[in-house]
Amino acid sequence: MEDLTQRSDKARGHTEVKYTTCYMCACRCGIRVTLRDGQLRYIEGNPDHPLNQGVICAKGASGIMKQYSPARLSRPLRRKAGTERGEGKFEPISWEEAFGILAERLAEIRATDPRRFALFTGRDQMQALTGLFAQQFGTPNYAAHGGFCSVNMAAGLIYTIGGSFWEFGGPDLERAKLFFMIGTAEDHHSNPLKIAISRFKRAGGRFVAINPVRTGYAAIADEWVPIRPGTDGAFLLAVVHELIHTGLYDREFLVRYTNAPELVNQDADSEEFGMFVRFEVPPEEGCFDPQNKLWWDPEVDRPVSTHTPGVDPRLLGTFRLPDGTPVKTAFQLLKERVASYTPEWAEDITGVPAATIRRLAYEMGVTARDQKIELPIPWTDVWDQDHESVVGSPVAFHAMRGLAAHSNGFHTIRALGILMTLLGTIDTPGGFRHKAPFPRPIPPCAKPPKGPEDVQPDTPLNGLPLGWPADPDDLFVDEAGAPVRIDKAFSWEYPLAVHGLMHNVITNAWKGDPYRIDTLMLFMANMAWNSSMNTTEVRRMLTDKDENGEYKIPFLVVADAFESETVAFADLVLPDTTYLERHDVMSMLDRPISEYDGPVDSVRIPVLPPKGECKPFQEVLIELGVRLKLPAFVDENGERKYKDYPDFIVRYETAPGSGIGFLAGWRGKNGDKFMVGEPNPRQWEMYAQNGGFFHYELPRSFQYMRNWNKGYLTWARANGLTRYAEPINCHIYSEVLQKFRLAAEGRGITRKPPEALRERVAYFFDPLPFWHEPLETVYTDTRRYPLRAVTQRPMPMYHSWDSQNAWLRQIHSHNYLFVHPSVGKAGAFEDGDWVWVESPWGKVRCMARFTEAVEPGTVWTWNAIGKASGAWALHPRANESQQGFLLNHLITEELPEDPEGLRVSNSDPVTGQAGWYDVRVRVYKAAEGEPRVTEPRFPPLRRLPGMAKAPRKWLAYMAGLKGR
Amino acid sequence: MHPAFSVILLTTLIGVGQGLFLAIYTSQLYALARLLPMPDHQRFFALGSAIAVGFLALGLFASFFHLGRPGRAWRSAARWRTSWLSREVILLPALMVLVVAYGAIHYFGWTEPLFVVRGALPVDPSLIVGALATLAAFALFVATGMIYASLRFLREWATPLTIFNFLLLGGASGFTLAAAFAAWLGSGLTRFYGTWAVILTVAAAASRLASLYRNAHLQPKSTLQSAIGVRHPRIRQVTQGAMGPTFNNREFFHGASAKAVQTVRTFFLLAAFVIPVVLLATAYVLSSFWIPAAAFAVQYLGLVAERWYFFADARHPQNLYYQRVA
Amino acid sequence: MTQLALVIDLNVCVGCHACVTSCKEWNTSGWAGPLADFSPYGPDPHGTFFNRVQTFEVGEYPHTTVVHFPKSCLHCEEPPCVPVCPTGASYKREEDGIVLVDYDKCIGCKYCSWACPYGARELDEHQKVMKKCTLCVDRIYDESLPEAERKPACVLACPTNARLFGDVHDPYSQVSVAIREQGGYTLMPEWGTKPANHYLPRRRTELRIHADELIRADNPLKKEGVPPKPPKDQPTLDETTSW
Ligand SMILES: Nc1nc2c(c(=O)[nH]1)N[C@H]1C(S)=C(S)[C@@H](COP(=O)(O)OP(=O)(O)OC[C@H]3O[C@@H](n4cnc5c(=O)[nH]c(N)nc54)[C@H](O)[C@@H]3O)O[C@H]1N2
Ligand SMILES: Nc1nc2c(c(=O)[nH]1)N[C@H]1C(S)=C(S)[C@@H](COP(=O)(O)OP(=O)(O)OC[C@H]3O[C@@H](n4cnc5c(=O)[nH]c(N)nc54)[C@H](O)[C@@H]3O)O[C@H]1N2
Ligand code: SF4
Ligand code: SF4
Ligand code: SF4
Ligand code: SF4
Ligand code: SF4
Ligand SMILES: [Mo]
Repeated sequence: MEDLTQRSDKARGHTEVKYTTCYMCACRCGIRVTLRDGQLRYIEGNPDHPLNQGVICAKGASGIMKQYSPARLSRPLRRKAGTERGEGKFEPISWEEAFGILAERLAEIRATDPRRFALFTGRDQMQALTGLFAQQFGTPNYAAHGGFCSVNMAAGLIYTIGGSFWEFGGPDLERAKLFFMIGTAEDHHSNPLKIAISRFKRAGGRFVAINPVRTGYAAIADEWVPIRPGTDGAFLLAVVHELIHTGLYDREFLVRYTNAPELVNQDADSEEFGMFVRFEVPPEEGCFDPQNKLWWDPEVDRPVSTHTPGVDPRLLGTFRLPDGTPVKTAFQLLKERVASYTPEWAEDITGVPAATIRRLAYEMGVTARDQKIELPIPWTDVWDQDHESVVGSPVAFHAMRGLAAHSNGFHTIRALGILMTLLGTIDTPGGFRHKAPFPRPIPPCAKPPKGPEDVQPDTPLNGLPLGWPADPDDLFVDEAGAPVRIDKAFSWEYPLAVHGLMHNVITNAWKGDPYRIDTLMLFMANMAWNSSMNTTEVRRMLTDKDENGEYKIPFLVVADAFESETVAFADLVLPDTTYLERHDVMSMLDRPISEYDGPVDSVRIPVLPPKGECKPFQEVLIELGVRLKLPAFVDENGERKYKDYPDFIVRYETAPGSGIGFLAGWRGKNGDKFMVGEPNPRQWEMYAQNGGFFHYELPRSFQYMRNWNKGYLTWARANGLTRYAEPINCHIYSEVLQKFRLAAEGRGITRKPPEALRERVAYFFDPLPFWHEPLETVYTDTRRYPLRAVTQRPMPMYHSWDSQNAWLRQIHSHNYLFVHPSVGKAGAFEDGDWVWVESPWGKVRCMARFTEAVEPGTVWTWNAIGKASGAWALHPRANESQQGFLLNHLITEELPEDPEGLRVSNSDPVTGQAGWYDVRVRVYKAAEGEPRVTEPRFPPLRRLPGMAKAPRKWLAYMAGLKGR
Repeated sequence: MHPAFSVILLTTLIGVGQGLFLAIYTSQLYALARLLPMPDHQRFFALGSAIAVGFLALGLFASFFHLGRPGRAWRSAARWRTSWLSREVILLPALMVLVVAYGAIHYFGWTEPLFVVRGALPVDPSLIVGALATLAAFALFVATGMIYASLRFLREWATPLTIFNFLLLGGASGFTLAAAFAAWLGSGLTRFYGTWAVILTVAAAASRLASLYRNAHLQPKSTLQSAIGVRHPRIRQVTQGAMGPTFNNREFFHGASAKAVQTVRTFFLLAAFVIPVVLLATAYVLSSFWIPAAAFAVQYLGLVAERWYFFADARHPQNLYYQRVA
Repeated sequence: MTQLALVIDLNVCVGCHACVTSCKEWNTSGWAGPLADFSPYGPDPHGTFFNRVQTFEVGEYPHTTVVHFPKSCLHCEEPPCVPVCPTGASYKREEDGIVLVDYDKCIGCKYCSWACPYGARELDEHQKVMKKCTLCVDRIYDESLPEAERKPACVLACPTNARLFGDVHDPYSQVSVAIREQGGYTLMPEWGTKPANHYLPRRRTELRIHADELIRADNPLKKEGVPPKPPKDQPTLDETTSW
């Protein structure tokens, strides 16, 4: 045997090392890739990268098996003439043919009715480009995954504190002492959060996990608070009740930095009822919060304008304005709202003992009050008051889809935003911290188009297809109040659907409600499987035909890198490259990877050549843009403007000469500018030299209190991050919501909802958070379906796409339904038995596992482990399709008709967020003679042209020909 | 433990070989002491040795199937200072050589006494080689037994009873075969071997029952608590970290139902002990080749079952880590 | 004498399996590779891994704790797997205490795996030799790597830094200090194998708040002009006695 310590691994074969960005998940860690003789030897974390600091996760370290997956597509494919959609019979075509087919079809659509082209992208990270393409095309029918992912989190917090969790902000665990993680599973904000939680724990911090299930991160929590799904709103409101009741809130913070002391019109007959009282019309209108509201000055017992120097206003109280108008402070209204939300009330709903709720509220309040952090960082606020230090409270929160993925999630998350605000922990040390380009105004500036007239043939939209409505006039509806978008986002049904409602696209298009479309293009979305609700039916809709024998959704284009379940339904398949084969940007125009201390963006630079004929989807869009002569992609003569995607990234500017482009680093001719600056032809090179990322560290005095930090806001304005350097006060009381409510009540000057939706809008657009049952529960016989079913992501698998990974699938080759033993007892089954899980909408056969780490009224399973037979180049009898199951079959995408004949999506009525975790089920033992395989199952998919043959017996990977 | 058939065959076949040789050599000693008539050298001893070597060789052959890399089997003699397996690997061929030599001596009739001890005991080469082979056979029993008995963690095996069992069971089966062999040759030694076979079978039964009793009352020393170092009365594995059939799941679990294991136990108790004794006793009355032959066949099957059970009965502490997938 | 080892902090391990796949990735193309996979895309996939992360539930609802438990070869100081090996393929390095298998000598008899109470060895069914954690011996001495990276792959990968690596015989090493100060323990001490790898137990942080800490003199409610005074018409001693 050779002496293994004498020869360096690098000496075996020809070694190359390259830096790029991982995309085994959306976290986007920096990676260092080592090649041996041109093959992947090793992928590890980039030690200098601000996000992952050298570590990597199970997925990231398995990138090799994704790259060499037999499920890789390698050629453009067209459904064979004479075969049915879904049969999976394809013929390879050239890219020229593929572009020809697409360009012809899309040009015709664009010239007639651009709405008939819909572009929906799943878990991608290039919304800046895909969004631009849709905008240039002129179709409003564009969205990414946000609507079925976590739009409640984004909207709930951004409409409250001007920022949100994950890409836009997070908990400052470096300085926190008490940390509450709510409804977050195993891998949210994967590596950074793991790094932070571990440091936090080692520093002696106290970690409380609120979740019906205890696994993953929650496993190492100091306390687990099992809560019934869908009830966190009640929990949080009871905490707010307790904090207000005992005076454990940060009064100073509420006064200066929120609308809590602002006076709200209480004249029930007024058109202005529920609106803040304003003392004058601001000199400039824009997307910011004009500082023209009133406080009540107790010294003179009169209203004064907010932030009048020297005034310490009332936070609570009912007053009468000199003109006789009755007013209350917003905080008074909140106090009244939560008056009945006692811990005892919440105990009945949440299952969390009242004593626990009180104790946790006191822990938050007392820690925040008594353990203030003061950093000697002078700063100046927007009202020109100098502060000698930055003060924060060490109580931090992180929450995700456990709150978001419920149809009552928006208000729950508002309650969380308010709770964090009460504790004075917004962009403070030890609390919630923003990440550039956040904070943004409440709501952010971008607005969706306003009506059908904004969509014109052969014309780009004059704004982005998605945006942030500030009032009913920002809705995207026609004269009758009916939706313009295929997914009905920004309609009265889901007014603040800021990320769209991708989960309803197929159903709506199939129904022709609100209209039929022609071409549906799906990029990086597995809509025939794990990202659709009611999966069996949705698959049927994709193949359903009208009376003329035409498919109801006439043309389906799927751009994917792998043989997903959805690829089988495509009419045209566009094979994408993998993350190791393409250029990509994590752009400030999209969701960058910023840190608390300043903006960070990053890139992918190819490490390997594309497989076969794979083409980066970015290049496809640019090519299509050129062929369709979309203005952004062609010059005045209609000629191709950009050589390729890297060239586009370097030279594209948001407006001619704006100096703002996709990448913020090394701008300017010589690469000596950042954020704003002329295009730099050597920008890619400079990113490559820096390990693939750009990190701008803000001066310390700009790193905190950014909602009100004059220095920061001015800097942000100077660098094109925002237009206004105006304060972003937290919205304890949401006037935006009140405007919708007023409209629903027939008041105000804005557009009014159609009759059928008035009640719904009036009810759900409450300016203060409240708790209501998830919508679906109302339609469910909860005695028949007593259990709540949820899913969680397992750390080593990313949605549906890691079953093709020979290493990762050994960790989760199939999934079980986890139930408390009492559920087994009630259903007369044992650990490991085959059972049926049944909801009012469908049923699935699977295996059960007993666990003591679940709230007994909840059952759960891992998300997206179950697969359709034969998909992902797996053997038709692979465990994924035999024992693995998909909970989505049990979840409905639409609620049953209400008495008025209205059928709405199973989504949050404010934001359109998919209500994945609202479903109620029952579980019972499968009969003795039943086959021991999952149900429903689908006919096996077959290998597609261009796919490699999967090794069936064994695989012994060793990089490089000279590897041994 | 997962019963590996190659090892079951190895241990049972060489046990028969060792026992048969011991039987033959015993009869030579008896004859020398004139307690028995001296059988015809050439046929009896040579053929008997050949059969014994045959069993040993079959066992050795079977053992190769246990190895991942049989081509390198020769390397396994290297660590005789520490490894009982290595010792077995040395002793088995050594025994085979000695038995071959023993048989050859008889076959070629090199049985002229070399010297006579105290005027009464003529010592010929066969006696010396036989004695050496006997030592080797006993040592081999010990080595084979110790392979298992030396694994402290496998408490079902880590007992002197394991060695006695290997010895007595091997001896019993060898003597039973010898009885059949004698009957086949009509050499008149059937009763002699039969008697010893019964004695050894009964002794083996006693020893085996003792180990069964012991194992049934063993308290596992390792627990989930000591395995993961958490002191709590209620610990359950949720997942073992991989869902497929890993090495740890295949090698250390028998995968048979408790009922199947019990059936095997009942079967081996009958087949290895009760039925052979009954048959051998019958052979006293009815002289027929078929009865002792049947006794051997049944006993051998019983031993295969016994060895299977021997594995299945042993609970490896690593199993604590491999209880559940999810 | 040096005894290199891993110390695994169960207090922060979240069970992410990063150590599992990064180990596989490093080693499959490394000195110890390939680490074969069987039925890689078919039913019941399985393969050789040097490190696995298991999960245990402790206690009953609602007092359940979940323990993620990574396990690889513990590089025992009295390794029972070594003396039993008939070929000498299994050995413990004198210089650093790492227990290794020499694939060129191994005959795949599996006897060493029987002798390991921890289930830390796995036979590679493709190469038919015994495999196990090498403590990344082909990384930790590689001088072409920067000093900070001369550590096992799993240690560098671990996002929670739950895996510490060092010399447990050096009383001042990070690992020894951690073992001493954080109650490090070994697995199945009852067998006297003296595993070099140690585990650090869970610790719980609690917060105690006394009722009298809830209200403080500067309670903000006091500022709202509604001081908690009893109303004037409430009975007092003033009306009931005159002394
Ligand atoms: N029951 C239930 N369902 C859920 C959820 C849940 O919690 N419970 N979660 C929801 C959420 S939050 C989300 S975000 C969605 C995610 O759902 P999807 O967005 O559908 O995500 P994936 O399943 O990961 O697959 C997307 C597709 O991307 C492809 N892909 C991977 N890499 C590339 C690439 O480099 N290029 C291209 N072109 N394609 C690639 C994959 O092959 C796959 O077909 O699932 C939703 N579905
Ligand atoms: N490994 C891996 N990482 C991923 C992904 C992946 O697929 N794999 N997907 C990425 C994507 S797209 C997303 S959106 C994120 C999502 O990350 P998470 O938000 O962590 O997502 P989920 O896995 O949906 O977990 C939801 C958690 O909420 C709990 N829960 C459900 N209902 C409730 C409730 O009412 N109250 C409370 N308190 N808890 C509840 C569930 O038990 C579960 O623990 O993860 C990202 N990271
Ligand atoms: S968390 Fe893991 S998979 Fe996701 S980007 Fe980072 S290393 Fe890659
Ligand atoms: S990488 Fe670290 S946190 Fe993840 S399972 Fe391994 S030891 Fe635990
Ligand atoms: S853990 Fe097992 S394989 Fe590793 S040294 Fe100890 S006994 Fe040997
Ligand atoms: S399997 Fe290999 S390393 Fe293990 S005991 Fe046998 S020869 Fe030695
Ligand atoms: S030390 Fe190396 S070989 Fe051992 S588990 Fe860690 S990565 Fe694997
Ligand atoms: Mo998501």
